[in-house]
Amino acid sequence: MEEKLTLFKNRKRFGIEKNIDIIFKNTALVLSSFVAIILLGIILVVFFQSFESFSRYGLKFLVTSEWNPVKDEYGAFTAIYGTLVTSFLSLLITIPLGVGTAIFITEDFVPKFVREIIGSFVELLAAIPSVVLGLWAIFVMEPFFRAFFVFLHNFFGWIPLFSTEPTGRNSLLAILILVVMLLPIVTSIARDSLNQVPKKLRNAAYGIGASRWKTIFSVILPAALSGIMAGVLLALGRAMGETMAVTMIIGNSNAFSWSLLSPGYTISSMLANQFGEADGSQVSSLFYAAFVLMILSLVVNIFAQWLVKKFSLKY
Amino acid sequence: MNSLYYQKRLSRNIGDKFFTSLSIICALIAILPLIFLVTYILIKGGSQITPELFTLEPNPPGDDLDAGGINPALIGTLIITTIASIIAIPVGVGGGIYLAEYSKGGAFSRFIRFGVNVLAGVPSIIAGVFIYALIVSTKILFGSMYSGLAGGMALSILMLPTVIKTTDEGLKLVPNELRYASLGVGASMYTTILRVTLPSAFRSIATGVVLGIARAAGETAPLIFTALFSYYYITGFGDLFYEMGSLAVLIYNFALEPYDAQNKLAWAASFILVLSILSVNIFSRILAAFTEKTKRV
Repeated sequence: MEEKLTLFKNRKRFGIEKNIDIIFKNTALVLSSFVAIILLGIILVVFFQSFESFSRYGLKFLVTSEWNPVKDEYGAFTAIYGTLVTSFLSLLITIPLGVGTAIFITEDFVPKFVREIIGSFVELLAAIPSVVLGLWAIFVMEPFFRAFFVFLHNFFGWIPLFSTEPTGRNSLLAILILVVMLLPIVTSIARDSLNQVPKKLRNAAYGIGASRWKTIFSVILPAALSGIMAGVLLALGRAMGETMAVTMIIGNSNAFSWSLLSPGYTISSMLANQFGEADGSQVSSLFYAAFVLMILSLVVNIFAQWLVKKFSLKY
Repeated sequence: MNSLYYQKRLSRNIGDKFFTSLSIICALIAILPLIFLVTYILIKGGSQITPELFTLEPNPPGDDLDAGGINPALIGTLIITTIASIIAIPVGVGGGIYLAEYSKGGAFSRFIRFGVNVLAGVPSIIAGVFIYALIVSTKILFGSMYSGLAGGMALSILMLPTVIKTTDEGLKLVPNELRYASLGVGASMYTTILRVTLPSAFRSIATGVVLGIARAAGETAPLIFTALFSYYYITGFGDLFYEMGSLAVLIYNFALEPYDAQNKLAWAASFILVLSILSVNIFSRILAAFTEKTKRV
């Protein structure tokens, strides 16, 4: 009896245990702030490394396309233009295809298990490394499209976009491999947001006599729009930063051309190609280009997050 | 009376048919190339697999007809991914624990969650550029420049957001009653987390982490100027501080070679990489579906 009482009297936590608790909490705090440190570190390091080039060329760097390590003249217009054109045009192809596919697998055109198989297959494809897609693009896609590109040039050569003789590796191939890469992203995000639209809405639309596609266009797509938009923006960010597949197929030429059938450059492919062997002010210029790429993808990503928060479904 | 029957000619029915076929066409255009892509990689790469592939060094491109094997790249991928996991998993799980268990939705945790999403969107090549500036060009790691260690660090930056997110979300799904019960019997906060909440969220966290590792294993861009590439066997611990090959960089380098033997090696490496990434993905999906079923019961 006496013993038990003393046991209860000392029922305080040992100092050591309290300290472990505090240490544990603070360790977790420090570890979570690593994210912020790394993010700020990336921004600061890339900015300071590009400082030399930034102070020398200023904003002129963005609009000139001379890239000459011998004369020490640098301008990244070709690469910036290539980054924007390849990512926007590939999105332009991907959006209808991806959203169409997403509608196909959320409607009941085919039995449920078929749709589920298609859905998970598409998601699996997002896991294929981009370097493998690049390999496939070089050896399968390029020969496959060669004749088509010649046709494009012969019949639509009057459009500036197709005005040059097609070369083995060119910007249009980069756009097509980006489509293959973005399709799984857009499809799976669009599918998720379509699935989140409450059944009630669909039933109400059917109840007042709307046809299936009237319901899709006037009720379901508008309700899912914010999610789809966010997915599209995420895909845009991926497309702008995508390196390997594009580098392997775009042809890597800094000569500016309006034509998609001629070799081009993107910021990330320029980095992948030149970073290893660069020295002197070329390194700084490459960091400047990397900084531009980072700002572009940061803006797109932050905008996507803002969109999700602002317009998330409230049903 | 007639209006009760389905009328083919009605414009709304024609329009419906039209859009239905359009969406089927979209799905076909989207899915057929993808199926073709996967089967092509598996068949073309699978036909190049030989036992020597796993034991030999790759021969430098040249007139040799024999390309050798991919042993150093295979081991290199395993080592680099392991280094990345050793860095990213503790940091990510710890950070996730703070976000899910300690933070009360204040400005700091909102900022960190925002940062996690932003970091997830940073292009992978930027991670390589960052590590190059921080570690490779400064020779901070005992004077070594390009090294497997630097490559692992670059990959860990890409893995970190995935690990934090899955930990955060996995812990949030643990019912609060478990925490109350544990704290109620007198357990301290860290005992509660380590012995109660973390174990009950283990499976969902593990699934996410494994998927993150699989994704990192296929990344190339952060490695091409941090780990670079090497043709030689990895023989000991010291090799961590030198250039290290990896399957992904091997595919990149050898795909661009004009020689057929090297191209074949790239296909074989793609086969191994894709097969292992896909099987990890399928396996964790099955595991996740299985967990969901048992939870419902």
